[in-house]
Amino acid sequence: MFFYKRLLAGLILLLIAAVSLFIGVADISLASLLSGDQQTWSITLVSRIPRLLAIVLAGAGLSVAGLIMQQVTQNRFASPSTVGTIDCALLGYVVGLVLFSDASQWTLLGVIFAFAVSGTMIFVKFLQRLQFKNAVLVPLIGIMYGNVVSAVTTFFAYRFDLTQSMSAWTTANFASVLQGSYEVLYLAVPVCVLAYLYASQFSAASIGESFARNIGLDFEKIVLIGVALVAVSSASVVMIVGVIPFLGLIVPNIVSLFMGDNMKKILPWTAYWGMVLVLACDILGRLVIFPYEMPVSLIISIFGGGVFIYLVLRDKANA
Amino acid sequence: MIKLTGLSKKYGKTFVVRDASALFPKGEVTSVIGPNGAGKSTLLSMASRLTGSDAGVVLIGEKLLAQWDTRELARHLAVLRQSNSINMRFTIRELVSFGRFPHTQGRLHDNDNNIIDNALEHLGITDFQHRYIDELSGGQRQMAFIAMVVAQDTDYVFLDEPLNNLDIKHSVEIMHTLRDLAHKLNKAVVIVIHDINFASCYSDRIVAMKQGEVIKEGTVAEVVCKEVMESIYEIPFDIQEIGNQRICLYYNS
Repeated sequence: MFFYKRLLAGLILLLIAAVSLFIGVADISLASLLSGDQQTWSITLVSRIPRLLAIVLAGAGLSVAGLIMQQVTQNRFASPSTVGTIDCALLGYVVGLVLFSDASQWTLLGVIFAFAVSGTMIFVKFLQRLQFKNAVLVPLIGIMYGNVVSAVTTFFAYRFDLTQSMSAWTTANFASVLQGSYEVLYLAVPVCVLAYLYASQFSAASIGESFARNIGLDFEKIVLIGVALVAVSSASVVMIVGVIPFLGLIVPNIVSLFMGDNMKKILPWTAYWGMVLVLACDILGRLVIFPYEMPVSLIISIFGGGVFIYLVLRDKANA
Repeated sequence: MIKLTGLSKKYGKTFVVRDASALFPKGEVTSVIGPNGAGKSTLLSMASRLTGSDAGVVLIGEKLLAQWDTRELARHLAVLRQSNSINMRFTIRELVSFGRFPHTQGRLHDNDNNIIDNALEHLGITDFQHRYIDELSGGQRQMAFIAMVVAQDTDYVFLDEPLNNLDIKHSVEIMHTLRDLAHKLNKAVVIVIHDINFASCYSDRIVAMKQGEVIKEGTVAEVVCKEVMESIYEIPFDIQEIGNQRICLYYNS
């Protein structure tokens, strides 16, 4: 039973992945691939496969980042887009571009990462000082905090003539992903592996600080590790694809509805549904106004916004 | 045995706990009683390394608290506070499994699963071990947290208000369990408790606190008496002995 469930899940993923490979302006068919057509192969290798991998990595990375965030802040509505991580990453991006205009991708990533970690830490510390128990307030304050940060970002962008590039990052689009431009996203792999290794500790922290300390854990250290993993994952996605809103919020929550919050158990499924959701939304975005594309962030916003409202109402009903 | 000597804790200039000394022997249930704001929970937190102290020492077994490695200590001392989040969706069994974490660092062996089974059985919650804690009643949830402490299998067990918001049936069951832990398994059980009659009937020792200071410490007979109770609660007390149990009457004062 258990084995068949996994097998089925794997097959579904492969199927959607295959669909993703064969959709696009250039017509690619299985026959032309098999016949070894040079152009077909080059489109597949340079554009389609990198796009598929980017989607899969970003989907898994951001969903797992959301899961970690929810566990270390003990709040269902925390996620990279509701605690300011993504806005701080964007600020880091602009600052990085201004300060080191001809820096390598990795220097830039370092700056983004540093901003994302410290900006998120500020918010998490702030949360730990607050004593209210109303879970819905956290994303509200987080989104306000994010907006303040992004106001600063916009200011810098105006001063240094970067507003046009800014709009490119704030709407995620996988269309520009090509071989050689997306490899930073592989950071999602070590993030997921580390998250899995620390899964029990994150879960203990999610029950409470004294609970975690009772079983001999260093609560502060776990929170810091969690925030760092979230920041690495979000920073890389923001830099390569742009902002994908709601993903880190809705995927872990939907998985948790069915499977609980035991991270060791739900982490693989969170990553899986993250991949499937982004793949499906990307395919939809490519088909709606074919041969043009709608940015994936738009599709996810529509879907994610609905789920978010459902989750808030459900939380209210329970409270 | 745990020995506290001269423990103090200050917030700003006010002492929450001042120069408190107490003894928590193995094989006995010790209750910490006193009015709100007496510093009971802070004392418990300092003794179990959840809060730092400003003065004084805690001796746990043969080592000072400061000399214990926190991971190592988790195999000898368990502490349960009221501040746990109940919004996260863990099943009872998953929650109880956390008790084995200090021993296994996350990998459960057959032996650990047996200990978890026994803890669930002991608290009578085996039947709903696969339900989520956010779906349980307050009493069942508290049983689950105590089962986790039982599974942690430590020599010292600290519980902050384990009877908070519980009905009489669950309160009695929990106190029975705690007394068994002390008397049958030779653990030192320390609880912060508001219901003085539960404290009187189920404890071996009582520590009475008021305004951050330990007023009186000793056996139930030594502490549950008119003078001590009236001095810490500042209301008239009538204390009756009914079948070897000391019952405090304070309702018509």
